[in-house]
Amino acid sequence: MAYDGEDKILEEVTGKAYEFGFTTDIDSDKAPVGLNEDIIRLISTKKNEPEWLLEWRLKAFETWQAMVEPEWPHLQYKKPDFQAISYYAAPKQKKELASMDEVDPELRKTMDKLGISLEEQKRLSGVAVDFVMDSVSVATSFKDKLAELGIIFCSMSEAVLEHPELVKKYIGSVVPVRDNYYAALNSAVFTDGSFCYIPKGVKCPMELSTYFRINESGTGQFERTLVIADESSYVSYLEGCTAPQRDENQLHAAVVELIALKDAEIKYSTVQNWYPGDEEGKGGVYNFVTKRGICHTRSKISWTQVETGSAVTWKYPSCVLKGDDSVGEFYSVAVTNNMQQADTGTKMIHLGKRTRSTIISKGISAGKSQNSYRGLVQIMPNADHARNFSQCDSLLMTDRCGAHTFPYIETKNPTAQVEHEATTSKIGEDQIFYCLQRGIDEEQAISLIVNGYAKEVLNKLPMEFAVEAQKLLAISLEGSVG
Amino acid sequence: MLTIKNLHAQVEDTPILKGLNLEIGSGEVHAIMGPNGSGKSTLASVLAGREDYEVTAGSVDFDGTDLLELDASDRAREGLFLAFQYPVEIPGVSNLNFMKAAINAKREHQGLEAITAKDFLALVKEKSALVELSGRLRDRSVNEGFSGGEKKRNEIFQMAMLEPKLAVLDETDSGLDIDALRIVSEGVNAMRDAGRSFLVITHYQRLLDHIVPDHVHVLSDGQIVKSGPKELALELEAKGYDWIKEGIA
Repeated sequence: MAYDGEDKILEEVTGKAYEFGFTTDIDSDKAPVGLNEDIIRLISTKKNEPEWLLEWRLKAFETWQAMVEPEWPHLQYKKPDFQAISYYAAPKQKKELASMDEVDPELRKTMDKLGISLEEQKRLSGVAVDFVMDSVSVATSFKDKLAELGIIFCSMSEAVLEHPELVKKYIGSVVPVRDNYYAALNSAVFTDGSFCYIPKGVKCPMELSTYFRINESGTGQFERTLVIADESSYVSYLEGCTAPQRDENQLHAAVVELIALKDAEIKYSTVQNWYPGDEEGKGGVYNFVTKRGICHTRSKISWTQVETGSAVTWKYPSCVLKGDDSVGEFYSVAVTNNMQQADTGTKMIHLGKRTRSTIISKGISAGKSQNSYRGLVQIMPNADHARNFSQCDSLLMTDRCGAHTFPYIETKNPTAQVEHEATTSKIGEDQIFYCLQRGIDEEQAISLIVNGYAKEVLNKLPMEFAVEAQKLLAISLEGSVG
Repeated sequence: MLTIKNLHAQVEDTPILKGLNLEIGSGEVHAIMGPNGSGKSTLASVLAGREDYEVTAGSVDFDGTDLLELDASDRAREGLFLAFQYPVEIPGVSNLNFMKAAINAKREHQGLEAITAKDFLALVKEKSALVELSGRLRDRSVNEGFSGGEKKRNEIFQMAMLEPKLAVLDETDSGLDIDALRIVSEGVNAMRDAGRSFLVITHYQRLLDHIVPDHVHVLSDGQIVKSGPKELALELEAKGYDWIKEGIA
């Protein structure tokens, strides 16, 4: 393709405003900037937390202070100034709400723009939505219906107060405080998140979904999510994100822990569309997330993610296959455009006998972005007859972007079977011309081709999410071939 | 339907078409034959609007429109169809979704509503019967894992779905066994119509036993050097292309 054509396309890309770049004007109850023990005490007090949790936080803070930010990812970014962030912001909305009518109209408008208004969700989709805005859950629906089955689905703050025994038992059990720099920070300062418990033998009849949204300028987001599937239970959990446009970098360091007890199954799906910054990469969200699940005997955890946003993504949803015959899966589509950088992948730690894992990773790089897959498959000495299959594909949209694969395989058991396949391809001009000749314009052609490429992963998403994800892929890549 | 005047085109500074003239009337079937490298496939690509092919002189009128002014997708929406010599695979995109996107692009261009699911399925059923395209092939990804013959049948299926004004068949017979050749030809013949023209590009006479042309042209070194009735194809088959070349010399 001619160079002037590329320039034109680049102009189009950069000229396109971020679709969800709006902010909601709500008064926030905001902590002063900076991080020290007093701030942590403030967070804990604001949330009426029990003493043990405050102590846990303070210990995490101590641990974090002794750690250094990791340098190993294939990422270049200005390290966040952790003293320039406000660690707590809650919408001023204290009283309990009896119905949707009592929700702040500004807030409802935001939800409408996101296309996830609660009344619509309630009426149409049968999805219970725990809407997290600036760290405090403001509305929860379908709770009664879930309660009948004994399912607990609430904000983390509520769980701390209502179900302290479960929180205390499982928090930090999969992602220990000292696991990594960002996990330690999160443990010290997390403000809210979601909590889910599925009792023994219960199949959760609806997709549980939480929409996260960063809404306070300069407020770091430190979500903490804990999903516990008790023996022989099943749950499908959805997490989706959009963020408003900002000039300064917004840090996001979430921790998600999944616990699948004997014979349980957890399906965790994410569509992530945080503001990626402008064409220079300025103003985008920094996304440093630790997601990990533990599988007990014959249980299964399946991670599916569609990553299109953030300026910098550092994320490795992982499975610790502890129980015999347990199964871990990771399906990922990661799109980077303009100056975005993503270093993402998974870790599959095989401890139990006959444990199996599957990794399907589809990277799509456009603009001048850098897209890396980083994965670890580890077969420990006791994991007899463990099996892994990994497939890592990369699709390049331009000649100026980068795709990298860093697969690590460690096998300490001779009976293990580990397979790894990787491909890199450039989007075919032949394919685009074929579409054009059938009357399909270039934008739609790219959307078709890219969605086809990512189909194996998109198919793993629940229906409504898959549709949203397809649109996101198309929007993220508009005018990006060169 | 199509009037090509003094068409010159090049690929990466190498002139390939050197003053080509051709007139195709409505409802007519024209065959273009010629040796390898004479410019047959270039003509198909230039008409379809492929980017790497640069038109340096001449004009192409398509049913009253300046074809060269339109980009590739608009040419298609105006009713120009190219059956590819090498149909392209698009993994993960179902054949039917692909066709639906194409049909709706054309309908939008014509100011029509998107086709309903019911009408679309009825159309698929009718048109796939034309080229004996099984449900298995229709539902698979575009051309992925299709045999050579299946790909060509899929091209004709797409043509039937899109109902073009002008269909350019670029060596559709290459790589076909005798049964596939018959199926493809019958599909084309069923679509012959007073309002639809065909430009059949082929290296061999055998396709023209099945799709009988109104006119046969011989392309050599970027120009049409001889035109005649369908019998010309038989003569070429018997005498080879050298006979034409000698005739010019």
